[in-house]
Amino acid sequence: MHSVLLVGAAFLASTVEMVEALTIVLAVAVTSGWRSASRGVVAALIALAAIVAALGPALAKIPIDSLRVAIGILLLVFGLQWLRKAILRAAGLKAVHDEDAIFAAEVQALEQRGEGKEQDWFAFTVAFKGVFLEGLEVAFIVVTFGGSQHKVGLAALGAAAALIVVVALGAVVHAPLSRVPENTLKFGVGVMLTSFGTFWSGEGIGVSWPGSDAMLLGMIAFVLLLALGCVRWLRHIAPVAAIASEVA
Amino acid sequence: MKRLKAFGYFWYDFVIGDDWRIAVSVVLLLTVTGLLARRWNPWPLLPLGVALTLMWSLRRASRAE
Repeated sequence: MHSVLLVGAAFLASTVEMVEALTIVLAVAVTSGWRSASRGVVAALIALAAIVAALGPALAKIPIDSLRVAIGILLLVFGLQWLRKAILRAAGLKAVHDEDAIFAAEVQALEQRGEGKEQDWFAFTVAFKGVFLEGLEVAFIVVTFGGSQHKVGLAALGAAAALIVVVALGAVVHAPLSRVPENTLKFGVGVMLTSFGTFWSGEGIGVSWPGSDAMLLGMIAFVLLLALGCVRWLRHIAPVAAIASEVA
Repeated sequence: MKRLKAFGYFWYDFVIGDDWRIAVSVVLLLTVTGLLARRWNPWPLLPLGVALTLMWSLRRASRAE
């Protein structure tokens, strides 16, 4: 059960980050051609592979309980931030991530550079930066998710599946994946990260969960209900808060 | 130095994000629960603490909007 959830969570989280990277790469490719964009992507993937290859085996040498506490804290903080953003967006208190707008902004920035030899280097850098930074987030998810179970390979499998799906979709659509329900995905990922983070950090500090591993499913259900309840709660209190601040 | 700062900022923004109080609350929650775990099994504290932390942060964000 743990393994299926692990692969699923890594897949969902990686999909979100890869959609963002694809938007940047497509903007570069449309404006400056595929050659420099592809080189930037390949260079970024090599750098990321080196980071995961270096960190993965190093994590395997750390005692599992210490690793669970450290990774549990990271996942819990990181997951609560994702969940907070997704809840605020779902409640209408924060702008939804707009891939079309990001694509247009990237294209405009690249077009303003004008034609010339320098443009290839600029396009390479933009593609590299986009893939490397978003990929670093994927690497973080793979290393933390996999590391706390000493199953980095399984988490990497989820990320690889996400890469195949997003690249295939990008090749077919040839446009920003604006129809991907990114906030819904982020909501789901936030629930998973928060649940895993709570469960693993609890195990690491010596808490004994009732029902043992089955409690992880209970935790996911609890966090999901909590998040959905928070959306309703914010929709209920936000207009009141806005009126109150105007009056004040 | 500039790149190092930018790299540090990236990780701060990525992990800590918009509300640093979440990180502080999580560390406090786990420290207190870890200390209590030596005497009894305080498992309900963790989901309860997570719920309160999230609701507190959301309440602050909704007031700021």
